[in-house]
Amino acid sequence: MQLSAFMRNNFFTEIMATITYIEAISKGLWEEMERDSSVFLIGEDIGVFGGAFKVTKGFLKHFGEERVIDTVLAETAIIGAATGAAVVGMRPVAEIQFSDFVTTAFSQLVNNTASIHYRWHLSCPMVVRLPSGAGIHGGPFHSRNPEAWFFHQPGFKIVAPSTPYDAKGLIKAAIRDNNPVLYFEHKRLYRHIKGEVPETEYLIEIGKGDIKREGNDISVITYGSMVHMALEAAEVLRSEHGVSVEVVDLRSLMPLDTELIFSSVRKTGKVLVAHEDNITGGIGGEISALISQHCFEYLDAPIQRLGSLDTPTPYSPPLEEFFLPNTKKVVAALIELAKY
Amino acid sequence: MAKDQKRKNNLLTDEQYLQLYYFMKLTREYEESILKLYRQGKIVGGAYTGNGNEATAVGSVFALEKHDYLFPMHRDMGSHLVKGQSLRNLMLQHLGRGNSLSKGRDGTGHYADPLLRIYGNISHLGAMIPMAAGTALASKLRKEKSVSLTFIGDGGSNVGDVHESLAMASVMKLPLILIIENNQFAYSTPVQKQKAMEKYSDRAQGYGIPGFTIDGTDIDAVYSTCKEAVDRARRGEGPTLIESVTMRMHGHSAHDGAEYVPKQLLEEWKKKDPVERIEKKLLSENILSHTQKEEIGKKVMAELEDAIQFAIESPYPPAEDAALGVYAE
Repeated sequence: MQLSAFMRNNFFTEIMATITYIEAISKGLWEEMERDSSVFLIGEDIGVFGGAFKVTKGFLKHFGEERVIDTVLAETAIIGAATGAAVVGMRPVAEIQFSDFVTTAFSQLVNNTASIHYRWHLSCPMVVRLPSGAGIHGGPFHSRNPEAWFFHQPGFKIVAPSTPYDAKGLIKAAIRDNNPVLYFEHKRLYRHIKGEVPETEYLIEIGKGDIKREGNDISVITYGSMVHMALEAAEVLRSEHGVSVEVVDLRSLMPLDTELIFSSVRKTGKVLVAHEDNITGGIGGEISALISQHCFEYLDAPIQRLGSLDTPTPYSPPLEEFFLPNTKKVVAALIELAKY
Repeated sequence: MAKDQKRKNNLLTDEQYLQLYYFMKLTREYEESILKLYRQGKIVGGAYTGNGNEATAVGSVFALEKHDYLFPMHRDMGSHLVKGQSLRNLMLQHLGRGNSLSKGRDGTGHYADPLLRIYGNISHLGAMIPMAAGTALASKLRKEKSVSLTFIGDGGSNVGDVHESLAMASVMKLPLILIIENNQFAYSTPVQKQKAMEKYSDRAQGYGIPGFTIDGTDIDAVYSTCKEAVDRARRGEGPTLIESVTMRMHGHSAHDGAEYVPKQLLEEWKKKDPVERIEKKLLSENILSHTQKEEIGKKVMAELEDAIQFAIESPYPPAEDAALGVYAE
């Protein structure tokens, strides 16, 4: 049984609090900073202001300005300084205010940070927090899901939680990991998603996915914001079409939980790979290839993919809505798959 | 006169000058042997030298302590040696051997040696400066009093990483020293096409930090300026920018004949050869005798021979190693 399912089913022994996704990230950060004095935060507007999204509100007062560092506006310097500090034994958590702006630090991350262990045989225990995703009318430069760029570069671990429970467990695991971990937190989930989180300490192993809903007819392989659309769509398919949909939440994108993906696909024989990132060159392409290579004889239908349009993210509400995947689009894709 | 005493008008003791001379000689001969090995086809990748830059590479690190962080560039071989790196380790790196510090994953000075606190460069110019700011930050947070010293060329100084690092380090008063090695050419592009201001040290003003321009072939100037910067950084007063004016006496790398460099320029700079300069000084001040000079020369060549022999006899890494080690445990 998945750890999270175990936790959820054992509510008699666990005292649970219902908190938002953003509170879960904050709590995880806070606990790790309390636990380990080598953990520090570095980024723009994270101290006095508490972060553009208030993830680190109250941290400066409690931990002081040496551990909650407001920097100059310079992403390359933030990532480079975090990398340097990590290599000599600190555990920095860098915040890139919007994941879109990580492009400015792309060279540092891809050329330097990611390959340190391979070239230097040294650990680089750092986390980069990347508020990402669309659906907030952020337009072309405050809406990206840039995980695929880093998925292609060997050396990163990449996580993208969808629930408060996973968000907290993964930020704690990311901080304790001895590798650079890119932590994609979806901006639209921050205050829209609430969930139960144990008061006692827990971690979620990086590289392990989670079945968010069990089903027998179709598998949806997804992560981040689309987990919630997939869950809504699965309910529509059950109630209106009598189709049983399984929702596989990857949680970790690197490494991928291929065992979980394959076991779900082998059970259902039909699969929809879905992410909010645009389709072409997205992680879904790699997942589809893996499924077709390893589960070909189990497939009863061609692998379907769903994602955003291959355009920049448009600003105006009707354009953005058309651009993004949503529950309706997931339902439509699942109905098509059910016909095979 | 005792070797551990300073002569009148001298910055350093006789003993220290002899050390500097030894390291500069070693750097020069090491790089000559690298070129020879390159021509013999024994170096599989590129071969870069810092001929003309020895006083800067050696004199700067001479001002550091063991616990300070060093981020050398590709023309700073002498800095590795002064910081304590062995010739054997450097030669293994150049020859891509399995027992090199990078285990054959990268060549030249591209390795890290955490015990000596040496963190080699990557090929992207400027990319190490934000990291050097990071070790300086770690030092500040842990109250270690260690400083970070790093380098960049006249061309590389234009890369955005340099600006971002100095912007951050100056505001945070990080113990960071950046030496811009102005060696007149960025590959084939002369320095006049890299900057519009007079001196690279003028840029320091833009960050509100001290900036100095020095003769990079003058060991005294290099050492004293760096020592001042190191002391300043250690006192918590923040970064220093130093422009060291030198000449790249060889091409960009061994394959480059550098026909674009005016012969006259090379002849002028030849007169200021840093290794000859220190040698002349030490001989004329009787710090170095002709017998000692010969002995040091022999010692250097013997050490080099040992390193080359050791590296050539060392095995390449097992091919399957290529697939290992992307992640730490």
